[in-house]
Amino acid sequence: MKLTNEHCATCPAYSELEQMGLRLERFDRVVALAGNPNTGKSTLFNLLTGLKQHTGNWPGKTVTRAEGGYQFNGVRYKLVDLPGTYSLLSASQDEEVARDFILFGQPDCVIVVTDATALERNLNLVLQVMEITDKVVIAVNMMDEARRKGLEVDTRTLARELGVPCVPISARRGEGIHALLSTVADVIEGRIQTQPRRVQGTPEFQQAVNELVPLIEQLAPGVPNARWLAIRLLDGDARVQEALLNGDLLRRVARQHQADVTFSRKMAVEGRQ
Amino acid sequence: MSEMNVHPQEVLRRAEQLRRSLSGNFRDEMVKSLYAEAEQVARKAVRTAGQRKYDFDRALDRLVTSPWTGLPIMFLLLALIIWVTVIGANIPSELLAQLLFGIEAFAADLFTKWGVPWWLTGFLWHGVWRGLAWVVSVMLPPMAIFFPLFTFLEDLGYLPRVAFNLDWLFKRTGAHGKQALTMAMGFGCNAAGVVATRVIDSPRERLVAILTNNFVPCNGRFPTLILLATVFVAASFPPAFASFIAAGTVVLVVLIGVAFTFLMSWLLTRTLLRGEASAFTLELPPYRPPNLLRILYTSLIDRTIFVLWRAVQTAAPAGAAIWLLANIYLGDTSLAQHIANFLHPFGHLLGLDGAILLAYIIAIPANEIVVPTLLMIYMGTGMMTELPSLSVLKDLLVHQHGWTLLTASNLMLFSLLHNPCATTLLTIYKETGSKKWAAWSVVITLGTAFLVTFLVATISRAIFGAV
Repeated sequence: MKLTNEHCATCPAYSELEQMGLRLERFDRVVALAGNPNTGKSTLFNLLTGLKQHTGNWPGKTVTRAEGGYQFNGVRYKLVDLPGTYSLLSASQDEEVARDFILFGQPDCVIVVTDATALERNLNLVLQVMEITDKVVIAVNMMDEARRKGLEVDTRTLARELGVPCVPISARRGEGIHALLSTVADVIEGRIQTQPRRVQGTPEFQQAVNELVPLIEQLAPGVPNARWLAIRLLDGDARVQEALLNGDLLRRVARQHQADVTFSRKMAVEGRQ
Repeated sequence: MSEMNVHPQEVLRRAEQLRRSLSGNFRDEMVKSLYAEAEQVARKAVRTAGQRKYDFDRALDRLVTSPWTGLPIMFLLLALIIWVTVIGANIPSELLAQLLFGIEAFAADLFTKWGVPWWLTGFLWHGVWRGLAWVVSVMLPPMAIFFPLFTFLEDLGYLPRVAFNLDWLFKRTGAHGKQALTMAMGFGCNAAGVVATRVIDSPRERLVAILTNNFVPCNGRFPTLILLATVFVAASFPPAFASFIAAGTVVLVVLIGVAFTFLMSWLLTRTLLRGEASAFTLELPPYRPPNLLRILYTSLIDRTIFVLWRAVQTAAPAGAAIWLLANIYLGDTSLAQHIANFLHPFGHLLGLDGAILLAYIIAIPANEIVVPTLLMIYMGTGMMTELPSLSVLKDLLVHQHGWTLLTASNLMLFSLLHNPCATTLLTIYKETGSKKWAAWSVVITLGTAFLVTFLVATISRAIFGAV
């Protein structure tokens, strides 16, 4: 099966992409880039926005989120590069930045960049992101490197198993970018309906979640994902408990979106380091 | 906001009850089922055909992360980079200096011919311009060589291996193993190293990493070290060995800095920041062929020009300040001389002199301009029109200002250990959100610098007599 989707800068397809750099004043959609450390998120970010976010071959160099813009088929997207994390469960600052943005920033779509050479480890994060939001597209990066190592990733099977689209790309060579962007657009506009695989757990777990969800929705109307918050409460997540008690949760729901607009330009500059 | 009919406390209480009713440890169960599902999906979607390239990576890793060869390879690489920088930067530095100082002389002449007042000519050309010329000629060539080499290793994927090699050492001091990564970033820029500590989960260990980051010399301080090592230490050896000796000296200074990082981490985790080191998993990413064009871009535009521009911004006002201090007279001595004389007893105690301390005070915004500042103070009377070749430099320092090997070594030690530059300090304040910790970072580093230089000066004077 042929997986790669070849593109180069001169192809007409490529020209539908316009790098918008820091021109973030007006955008139509917000897309977040999540993924494990060192999977090429920043490389993809730079490729799409034309910015020069520092990239390097070591895990954890993006510790703040950087933002930039791109235009695709006439739609302006704001792209948010989140810190690379292995999970969204612990309390370190980089994981919190990523988690808060996916939950409260309410991006229209989250691209989870995965490393084809270490897919299993990457899927842990994918599953956790899919717990928080439905609008997920998986970019399977480093397909070329995987092939060199004798690994063959079947993205169609992967998509079927996960219930969200999976697009093979090579961010370093700029391959598969067009397919990725049009898939993202399709998911945002609802042309592709995702059915993310959710971790099942035991029946008593499901029952507990189902009981908490309506309570949370009553407490914080308009909260993005009550199911996930319920799971966090069952896990005894001190930060979520606190946010619920002091009303921070409600404030964040109201504030995040507005704050992002003013925040973005500053961060995009500072993120360059 | 709409009226709440459910109280948050109730929800939390109910969640607590439900959690207890669930069997087993909730977190463990959840993580386990996450892993199980991930494995299940991966098994269906990934097919292994064979193993070719993989073995090469593994063999390389066995070599560079082995307990026996890992550390020596690291030191050799460091020494190699510094050596290449030393031999490569020499000639371009002199050429740049000739050009820029030539412009100064030419422009000052021109101004005089046009009848511009002497103080304006002096202020602009012998003050502001000279500050810029020094910084550019001393700093640009080493940075333009050092940064691409460093970025090359970074792109290759070597930095996480460094962290791996040093992990056990950090653990022993009670600090986090990832501190090795933030320390490595510090070689580039301490402010960047402080920001990079965000990868450390535990606030305690993160503070240790922040407070000790300044003990590794950043790129702005490397030229100072290289210059002093070349002029003082290496010059007394045969020319054939000089560059090796210079590089070896700088490596030694770097190792002293790393040793102080360990020592201070150890002290901190036993006093201010008590606690156990936490475990973490470090992923060794695959080696990747570095993209040369991107390396050049990152290292030259993002790093070299960035650091140089920052230095230029501080060097121009510093040059102006020095010129004013050197040309405003109280009685028959200049202001600069007065201050230097005042500071001299204390400087002498540290094996330095008053002018050096004055240079440090003027250069607080960016400590990479200390040597240029110092030279400008020494030559502040505006007599200097000679080209600053290394032998002239040595002559100036040794014969006119009484420098000894002790002065040079202590200046290197002081430059290694003293307080963070203004940018790093501001970053520490922003990252910790506390003035207290920012203040501590100054107390710790400056205290160490005073103590170490004082001890070195006292001991060497006791052994070798008054020097």
